[in-house]
Amino acid sequence: MSDTHAETVAFVRETMLPQAAPPASQTGAVRWLRENLFSTWVNGALTVLGLLAIFWLGTHLLPWFLHGVWNANSLAECREIIANRWGDEASGACWAVIRERWNQFLFGFYPSHLYWRPILALLLLFAALAPVLFGSAPRQLLILSLAYPGLAYLLLWGGSVWFPISAYLGFGAGIAAFLLLRRAGQSLLAPIVAVLAAVLWWLFLAGPVERGLQSMIPLAMEPVRSNAFGGFVLSITIGVAAIALSLPLGIVLALGRRSDMFLVKALSVGFIEFIRGVPLITLLFTASLLLNYFLPPGTNFDIILRVIIMVTLFAAAYIAEVIRGGLAALPRGQYEAADALGLDYFKSMRLIILPQALKISIPGIVSTFIGLFKDTTLVIFVGLLDPLKGITDAVRAAIEWKGIYWEPFIFVGAIFFVFNFAMSRYSMHLERRLKRDHR
Amino acid sequence: METIERAIDRSHMQVSDEVAVQITQMNKWYGQFHVLRDINLTVNKGERIVIAGPSGSGKSTLIRCINRLEEHQSGRIVVDGTELTSDLKNIDKVRSEVGMVFQHFNLFPHLTILENCTLAPIWVRKVPKKEAEDTAMHFLHKVKIPEQAHKYPGQLSGGQQQRVAIARSLCMRPRIMLFDEPTSALDPEMIKEVLDTMIELAEEGMTMLCVTHEMGFAQAVANRVIFMDQGQIVEQNEPYAFFNNPQSERTKLFLSQILGH
Repeated sequence: MSDTHAETVAFVRETMLPQAAPPASQTGAVRWLRENLFSTWVNGALTVLGLLAIFWLGTHLLPWFLHGVWNANSLAECREIIANRWGDEASGACWAVIRERWNQFLFGFYPSHLYWRPILALLLLFAALAPVLFGSAPRQLLILSLAYPGLAYLLLWGGSVWFPISAYLGFGAGIAAFLLLRRAGQSLLAPIVAVLAAVLWWLFLAGPVERGLQSMIPLAMEPVRSNAFGGFVLSITIGVAAIALSLPLGIVLALGRRSDMFLVKALSVGFIEFIRGVPLITLLFTASLLLNYFLPPGTNFDIILRVIIMVTLFAAAYIAEVIRGGLAALPRGQYEAADALGLDYFKSMRLIILPQALKISIPGIVSTFIGLFKDTTLVIFVGLLDPLKGITDAVRAAIEWKGIYWEPFIFVGAIFFVFNFAMSRYSMHLERRLKRDHR
Repeated sequence: METIERAIDRSHMQVSDEVAVQITQMNKWYGQFHVLRDINLTVNKGERIVIAGPSGSGKSTLIRCINRLEEHQSGRIVVDGTELTSDLKNIDKVRSEVGMVFQHFNLFPHLTILENCTLAPIWVRKVPKKEAEDTAMHFLHKVKIPEQAHKYPGQLSGGQQQRVAIARSLCMRPRIMLFDEPTSALDPEMIKEVLDTMIELAEEGMTMLCVTHEMGFAQAVANRVIFMDQGQIVEQNEPYAFFNNPQSERTKLFLSQILGH
């Protein structure tokens, strides 16, 4: 029976049509090929050209990789083996340099009997990051996340166990001051006094407390000096510390820049624009050379710590601008709804505005982090042995590896790629997990 | 014009002598533009006021001044005994007593419906989580969408979102509710469900100030209609007289335009 009645003028549908499958010619591999590779003559030609380019690259690069030599003691020996095996004209990679010197690329001049310490620090890093990065990780691990900075410091630099502990006690002093004052009803004074208490602790009490505890219960690990750091131990130390510190600082700067208070706003804008206006290397030189003029003579302010501070400040300025973009993208209604419900500034930022603004900013933030991590190779300019130039130069300084360029660079590049690709994938995972608009 | 067909239960709609909002000699400027001029308005507890007027007449700005989403530059606004000044404590106090419903709902898209409703009670009123959730479910039942409690705002229709927004405000147990064109962004089919919710609220004796173009709602529910033009209150009257016997020329013109077709 037809849906329409030919004899009536008005149309009334009596049965609703069920959903039907698309025609067979509109699905499958043929359709995919036609749509994506050969939709027009121009596209077809471009596809063929692309395949040719891939073929050309493959035929030129593949032999170099396939002829790779893993067992040799020098570049000359490598070349000899390749010439013997594949003929005089053949080229090949000399991976033997990686096999022989991998530990320098990874650890720099870190004492080899202590390699377990940075390795353990890296493994603990993943455990400490799990509860921060993944909602499904057990919450108890957060204790490890909080303890991790001190633990990592101890593992990497060694020295007295009491040093990180007395540093943590500074936070304890701050929190205690905060809670005491808030109980006394001084909620405005509490955060200021808390910061003051912590700083006073670190300046005047942390040292004596550490020495006192050390003399009572001597507990220490073999110390490693900062100039022994190099390669990826150095890069990851600086990168992780700067990433962890620059995000909160960037949030504060972004909020400061949007503040109604003139001084807060002016300081934030001034800081961001100054930092973004100068090259990172300028800041690193400042860290390594100029700071010594300003500090009292005899102060020994660790070079890696100085570099971490400068890289943090640098990245924070960029993060602040990325987050400002996220804040600006939120509709005004969100701010107004939070206000109308009686939430104060800090609560509305924390509960309503920042969760949404940070979500929007994820791609930009992660880009900045990836850039920051790669920029850690610039520490070569202040005399630290970064994996890309510092270590490869050190390797080439040996007579047997003189003149080897491609293999170390590919190796270091590959390791950077693994870390950065992981960060990029994580950011996409996070975006999917936080997707809430269902549009 | 939406006509309200249902019978309105007026047994709880009582206007008391107590003053809920007192606005005296209030002026506001946007830069050089004098957007509100010499506003005097007293709202008693239990009143249902509809504010009408052409766009740009300052009616939204007026009710946004009552919870200080907009700042006034001269005159006084006293809400429930608290004067609005630059004192942040007073502002937060007033805001937690005054509910507001926006044209574009302004639900928090990253939180579920239930979390939208419990957030302010938990963080502002310090209500325990369990109790806040019970209250939220109570009001979600009232606006007839308890089954959506664990969805996100983006999964709901406009009318449902606006009803959630009303429930979210009610969860703070406000004494006064402000409605800023609550149905203007909705499809005709959804306007009715939101108006029904608002009527129920009025039947319970809530003090309401509504900026709206729903004249049917005004006739059925309001006890006073205020007509604004060019930042001033031009005319106010009880609804029957306002619609059937407008006094000023401007009001007559406005009514003929919105009721004419």
